[in-house]
Amino acid sequence: MDSGRTYDVLVVGGGNAALCAAISARQRGASVLVLEASPRHFRGGNSRHTRNLRSMHDGPTDVLTGSYPESEYWEDLLQVTEGQTNEQLARLTIRRSATCRAWMAQQGVRFQPSLTGTLHLSRTNAFFLGGGKALINAYYRTAARLGVEIEYDAEVCELKIRDGRFTSAIVVRNGSSQEVRAKTLVAAAGGFEANLAWLKEAWGEAADNFLIRGTPYDTGKILRILMDGGAKTVSDPTQCHAVAIDARAPRFDGGIVTRVDSLPLGIVVNKNAVRFYDEGEDFWPKRYAIWGRLVARQPDQIAFSIFDSKAIGAFVPPLYPPLQANTIRELAAALQLDPLALERTVSEFNAAARRGVFNLAVLDGCRTEGVTPPKSHWARPLDSPPFYAYPLRPGITFTYLGVAVNERTQVIFQDGKPAKNIYAAGEIMAGNILGRGYLAGIGMTIGTVFGRIAGEEAARHVLA
Amino acid sequence: MSSRNSDLSVPSDLAEEGTRLLRICNACRYCEGYCAVFPALERRFTFTEQDLNYLANLCHDCGECYYACQYAPPHEFALNLPKTLAAVRKETYQKYAWPGVLAGLFRRTGLALVLSAGVIPALFVLLTLLFTEPAVMFSAHSVAEGSFYQVISHTVMTASFSMVGLYVLAALGMGLKSFWRETGEPWSAFLNPGVFGQALSEALRLRYLDGAGEGCAYPGDLPSQARRWFHHLTFYGFLLTFAATTLAAIYHNLLGLEAPYPFLSAPVILGTAGGVGLLLGPIGLLWLKRNRNQELSDPGQSSLDVTFLALLFLISLTGFLLLVFRETAAMGIMLAAHLGLVLGLFVTMPYGKFVHGFYRFAALVRNAVEKQREQKSSAK
Repeated sequence: MDSGRTYDVLVVGGGNAALCAAISARQRGASVLVLEASPRHFRGGNSRHTRNLRSMHDGPTDVLTGSYPESEYWEDLLQVTEGQTNEQLARLTIRRSATCRAWMAQQGVRFQPSLTGTLHLSRTNAFFLGGGKALINAYYRTAARLGVEIEYDAEVCELKIRDGRFTSAIVVRNGSSQEVRAKTLVAAAGGFEANLAWLKEAWGEAADNFLIRGTPYDTGKILRILMDGGAKTVSDPTQCHAVAIDARAPRFDGGIVTRVDSLPLGIVVNKNAVRFYDEGEDFWPKRYAIWGRLVARQPDQIAFSIFDSKAIGAFVPPLYPPLQANTIRELAAALQLDPLALERTVSEFNAAARRGVFNLAVLDGCRTEGVTPPKSHWARPLDSPPFYAYPLRPGITFTYLGVAVNERTQVIFQDGKPAKNIYAAGEIMAGNILGRGYLAGIGMTIGTVFGRIAGEEAARHVLA
Repeated sequence: MSSRNSDLSVPSDLAEEGTRLLRICNACRYCEGYCAVFPALERRFTFTEQDLNYLANLCHDCGECYYACQYAPPHEFALNLPKTLAAVRKETYQKYAWPGVLAGLFRRTGLALVLSAGVIPALFVLLTLLFTEPAVMFSAHSVAEGSFYQVISHTVMTASFSMVGLYVLAALGMGLKSFWRETGEPWSAFLNPGVFGQALSEALRLRYLDGAGEGCAYPGDLPSQARRWFHHLTFYGFLLTFAATTLAAIYHNLLGLEAPYPFLSAPVILGTAGGVGLLLGPIGLLWLKRNRNQELSDPGQSSLDVTFLALLFLISLTGFLLLVFRETAAMGIMLAAHLGLVLGLFVTMPYGKFVHGFYRFAALVRNAVEKQREQKSSAK
């Protein structure tokens, strides 16, 4: 990092979107500086925890089965977001997703056919060999080879912006701050999910019981600076990708291994030992991403996935072993739930479960009758001890509140005008496409598509 | 050092750490495209020490999973699978060793090296000097047939090596038996031609040092085929020298032709080709080992490796010296030194790195058995 020079492109952030932008800009001849707030070991933001990218395609490829046309992709997105999406940007994401894999492979990313534990996404999602950290390692190697300058432990705490034009950033590194000048800025510094105070502003006391599955380095500092500087925002601060994770997981950075996938195989109760949502509403890959918010709305933000021995082997076992007991009463004691209440909930559920042929691979006929809420599929009586439970907490992956952008990824200000030389990519603008809900693998698609556009646009702006 | 019970199980703290890591890996599964270890662990819901021992021997000790791991240190989960499995592997070598009283050689690799490369060859040379006429020992020989046997008689040579060879085979067999017994699979599964053939093909190609086509992260974080090729040189070099020896035995016993053989004879050509592999392979592997990221290396496992590689190199080197100097007065000493080193290798074979080939192969067989079982059950 050279404070005496003016870089063509300054990329703030060090995850997938940031690296895609840096590589794209450098390949077009721009000089590029990447400022990653984390130490080298934790570089890559939430991309470190990812595994795949949702990819439109016309027919079977080396790593994808069948086809996944634009119309179906769009329908899927519309369904999970309930219409809270910018169609123009969403369709851009979907169309460009088709060209991502070839470009990624050129930059050294390796793919693999999907095998197991992947929520059956082999048709729609391309899997990175070794996962997101392997992808990030490949991008950093390519960026370094191309001559992109990279600084770790470099936190940007101020951006000089006047009349929609960025001129310089103040960077804190090793306890001292310095100013870095650049002709363009790419903001790719993620959401604010690691900023507990901000989460509390949005969620109130409930946020004290949230666990952050993602990186502890997404503090939302750049998002806040851009908002304070007049950028228009999208989505709202309570919207996020949140799944139900093991309550025993670490406060930050637990990633994929903390996710609990046993929910559709049994029942889920809150701290009053009462069921609160249809556990069998739809296929788990289509429903896993709603359970973080469902648990967040329960008293004390805790819930319990309860199942019996019939479920063992039917889901990917999480990091921690389940709690176990030979009777429902003993299980309640282990979970510190009211034993009578849990016995009542289980016996009502068992009595309501209709007989059918259980099959997790289809929307089977095992449903309940006469209980509220119902369980629409995969409802089998809990009658085969031992009984098991996982305690659940909301696990926040990333937040959706972001800056509005246009198709060139220029940040839009409150007056509706695009910034002259400020571009945004990745989670910091994902809310444009994901106003709510989540579609597995679309975070990496948004990061890759808009990271590349941001890098190309920034380079074009400088070199035009 | 943790306390050890009589049946030499893996120390409990190491076994606990190993199973802790396997639980994390089984919940993550991002690495399943790299090698056989991950699909194999995914077939399990919980992990016993037996599972850990099997998976540790299935691991080929590249570093792909470490570099790809979102939980590698300094993450609080501190997941370092290659290093932990290497440490477990070394414990299993000791656990399966026969007879158990000699298993301690795995722990004292320094002693093993001194024995195999020092004491045994020195004794062998000393005995040769004692029992051979100085005039024969230190005179120049023409390459006339039988000159070797003037120094050490054919009877002594074959008797000593057959006895040691039979012992080594028995000890290796007993180790393999212990390994397989621990897997709980029947011997009929081991000998099933389909799975045996698959495991053999995977072993001979070093399939799992291939990463997913571009090689493994060894010695650094970049995919490379270097280790695979140096291992091929070592392994096939060893096989060729073995073939040369076998062929020489056929020449001697069936054709009545006595060593040394002409430069362009089949035993010498095979032995030379193998010897080149055994010079370059171990040198390459040692060089890679020196450059390896030490975060991933288990010191105990590494010293086993170095001992074994150094011995192979010395055997090949003395073999070439013998070939070059076989018409000079140095032949006697060269022959005694070379054979002494070979004997040293033989004697310590069941208590050194050599056993890795047997256990890894058996682990590959078990993996093939499990894969076949999985395919059968999913076909139903």
